[in-house]
Amino acid sequence: MYIYDELDRTLVAERVSEFRGQVARRLSGELTEEEFKPLRLMNGVYLQLHAYMLRIAIPYGTLSSAQLRMLAHVARSYDRGYGHFTTRQNIQFHWIKLKDLPDVMADLARAGLHGMQTSGNCVRNITTDQWAGVAPGEIEDPRISSEILRQHSTQHPEFSFLPRKFKIALTASAHDRAAVRVHDIGLHMHRNGAGEVGFEVIVGGGLGRTPFIGKTIKHFLPKRDLLSYVEAILRVYNQFGRRDNIYKARMKILVHELGAEAFAKEVEAEWQSIKDGALALDSALIAEIAARFRYPDYEQLEDSPQQLAQARAADARFSQWVDNSVANHKVPGYAIVTLSLKPEGGTPGDATAEQMDAIADLADRYSFGEIRVGHEQNLVLPHVAQRDLAALWRALDAVGVATPNVGLVSDIISCPGLDYCSLANTRSIPVAQELTRRFRDLDLAHELGRLHINISGCINACGHHHVGHIGLLGVEKNGEEFFQVTIGGRADEQARLGALIGPAVPYAEVADVVEDIVAAYLELRARPDEIFLETVERVGVEPFKERVYAAR
Amino acid sequence: MTSPLEKKLKIVGPVLITANRLNDGAVIYRTADGRWTTDFDRAAVVTTAPAASELLEAAVADDLGAVGAYVAPVKLENDGRARPGNLRERIRLKGPTIVLPAPAGLPVTAGL
Repeated sequence: MYIYDELDRTLVAERVSEFRGQVARRLSGELTEEEFKPLRLMNGVYLQLHAYMLRIAIPYGTLSSAQLRMLAHVARSYDRGYGHFTTRQNIQFHWIKLKDLPDVMADLARAGLHGMQTSGNCVRNITTDQWAGVAPGEIEDPRISSEILRQHSTQHPEFSFLPRKFKIALTASAHDRAAVRVHDIGLHMHRNGAGEVGFEVIVGGGLGRTPFIGKTIKHFLPKRDLLSYVEAILRVYNQFGRRDNIYKARMKILVHELGAEAFAKEVEAEWQSIKDGALALDSALIAEIAARFRYPDYEQLEDSPQQLAQARAADARFSQWVDNSVANHKVPGYAIVTLSLKPEGGTPGDATAEQMDAIADLADRYSFGEIRVGHEQNLVLPHVAQRDLAALWRALDAVGVATPNVGLVSDIISCPGLDYCSLANTRSIPVAQELTRRFRDLDLAHELGRLHINISGCINACGHHHVGHIGLLGVEKNGEEFFQVTIGGRADEQARLGALIGPAVPYAEVADVVEDIVAAYLELRARPDEIFLETVERVGVEPFKERVYAAR
Repeated sequence: MTSPLEKKLKIVGPVLITANRLNDGAVIYRTADGRWTTDFDRAAVVTTAPAASELLEAAVADDLGAVGAYVAPVKLENDGRARPGNLRERIRLKGPTIVLPAPAGLPVTAGL
């Protein structure tokens, strides 16, 4: 956990107080909606189809059990008893009342939570690997650099009115779990030939209306230069990014139009003027931030304890869950446990207040009070002793978050879609729910192997459809819901946009189409361990297209 | 941002004026007597651009009662009763089309 200091607490408390006054003035008529809207958006408050929506930041995806209990309290006291974990390490409440919001924010602030940087044309919530600090082979905990960026960007006056929103993601493992190549800035930590730690800097990635995979403009940026280089990028964007057309205002458009090389030159020129100034990070400052991350007092344990083997032998369901949802930890005898928020027929990313409370209790008992949120809309208990896995599994199973489908066909990423969102063209949750029913057979899901389905209810791509192995994009045609289908996308270190397989298909046929694609994959794959993506890479789109459209 | 009143209103078929209530965001409809209601059946339904413009103008002027007023399509049944003219408006009226996660002890709900 990161321990916030007095400055952070004061900043959040002051924001609550300001917002309380702003809401009062809005409700009394002193502020018009035109005046109030930008103020509420600075605090993550949107107006959606049925109610206000409050988006709360979970910086770098780390939650304490006390914070998760506070989210449960908000769900229970001010909303309808549940919350929705998003693809950006945020949580959203969809039924919030404006008149309650000052109290909601005051309650959240008591747990160090807020809605800053979850909306508006600022640097948004910094996201990272949900396995940060515990993944084997990781160079260092990427949350340290994320926190430095968070502190620098929070309420930064120069970057509070950028041409458009700005997303930064960071990872420190070779395998990218944070989708850094589809962010405005992606930072991939690695070591150079001399063994020094720094970042590959990737810019201009993004999804939405005009998707791009980011381009590398610096192969190795020393850690000391992190802030100055990011600041240089932001300055170039702030100066040259378009403000005349909202659809062309994201930095990815600037990088594309200038070209990555020319963009890099602009950044380099700006950087040279500031790199040795106040933004240079000395090791003492980095150490000071790092020291505020508290790590568990791990016991000395052995890997693969006898009781785990016995429990696996005694219960096939438990054993299947371990194979699917439990990953190796950097500390011997411990494990990283993913909690699936994708039950059959459920809404991807939703958790009830009861589930949140139960998970918070289990985190206290089995994971040193810490929970993580991943962009795939699942939760993680990052520090579980392997000897405790069986007891933990029974408790997780009892609250419905132990479906062993992590990374499989029913582990679907989905935006809220037209059931909630005022931007959406089509529903996406019911499509996800139907697919989880079609693929309820876990043996089949395991037989299929890694297969990510991502669904967005509109072109804004909150469901990351472009980088789904199978991507579904909802479009409206003459008042009816249709879906465009792409295959072959991926969000990891080999990020790639999916390819369209043909004309959009009607809403009612989407699940059939996905079943056809999956059936084609089973026929086409060269061997049982060739995953869907590999088959698409090997045979291309055409065989899938034929299969889907031949009968339609 | 362009005010809805600055855009030339074109309508095809019957419409009503809808918005979200300021203090809680609830879906509301403009009535013929210049009030807001959550009861869809009490919404004023008009069929001409001037009539819709007049309703919208008054609705937008009520900045304290409602947020984001706009013209929404309506379909008229054979018996003359109005119903929402598209899926978005059906969902706004009846709620999400999915079963919401139910806290223990509360009944689940689903729209449409």
